[in-house]
Amino acid sequence: MNILETLRQPWHWSISGLLIGLTVPILLILGNKVFGISSSLRHICAACVPANINFFKYDWKKEAWNLFFVAGIILGGFIGNSLLSNPNDIVINPQTQQELAALGIHNFSGLLPTDLFNFENLFTLKGFIFIILGGFLVGFGTRWAGGCTSGHAISGLSNLQIPSLIATICFMVGGFVMTWLILPFLLTL
Amino acid sequence: MITNNFKYLLAGTLFGIIAVKSEIISWFRIQEMFRLTSFHMYGVIGTAVVVGIISIQLIKRLNIKTLSGEKIVIPAKTFNKGQIYGGLIFGFGWAITGACPGPLFAQIGSGFGVITVSLLSAIAGTWVYGLLREKLPH
Repeated sequence: MNILETLRQPWHWSISGLLIGLTVPILLILGNKVFGISSSLRHICAACVPANINFFKYDWKKEAWNLFFVAGIILGGFIGNSLLSNPNDIVINPQTQQELAALGIHNFSGLLPTDLFNFENLFTLKGFIFIILGGFLVGFGTRWAGGCTSGHAISGLSNLQIPSLIATICFMVGGFVMTWLILPFLLTL
Repeated sequence: MITNNFKYLLAGTLFGIIAVKSEIISWFRIQEMFRLTSFHMYGVIGTAVVVGIISIQLIKRLNIKTLSGEKIVIPAKTFNKGQIYGGLIFGFGWAITGACPGPLFAQIGSGFGVITVSLLSAIAGTWVYGLLREKLPH
């Protein structure tokens, strides 16, 4: 059996989950690093635009491993979508497709709906909301919460931290409220 | 600095590949998670947490050290209201962009150039948080 062909197929959730979970001990053993990605955004601020803000006055170079890690994610994203790219489209539940089609999403190939995420859309209200405002909320919210899916939902829960459980529940509540109550309005703008 | 950190570049690369192949960076998969129309994301995150819990328990009980022989220490998280307010705001953003911070990087690598704008905006969001931090409830 050709290994590359096998790797190109979509991976089962249990295999994916196992590998993501193993990132936690791997980083700890490599050098006492706690798996968490949103901190990289803070380090970028501290390195590039500290602007005399207390929150960005620290030695970000000591945390440089985190920036190497996210640079690796970009590289891995490239490899995953080229060399190891799945030859077929992601299998999306027909019910999801129907619900989204009713809200104006028509292109289901690829990782992101190109109906929303493209450069031409940047200067429309919809593009502003999905590309710019969405990103802003991710950066603002994760830092206020002190972590994101990796830092709280995976690292924090793995270490049985109650604050991380609270944060994870709030991530999910926020996502449900947005998806069910606000997105139908935003998608049909 | 580069030789010391090269291993993290490698670990990040593996994580990036896993993020693409597990489809957790797909906007559609995140929608399915919040629409409760697919088990996929719950399976991935659930398995990751179980594997993480077992790994950390093994590290603690077997007193496993880092490669350079240091004791492994995981700082405890302390509760503050930011986990609620910030958590909800991040949840809103997660459902809109279909991405948490890790996937933003992976999507850019996957060739979605426009997500660079989302990432810059996320950095701006972090910066504005830093600016307003003392005025926000914690």
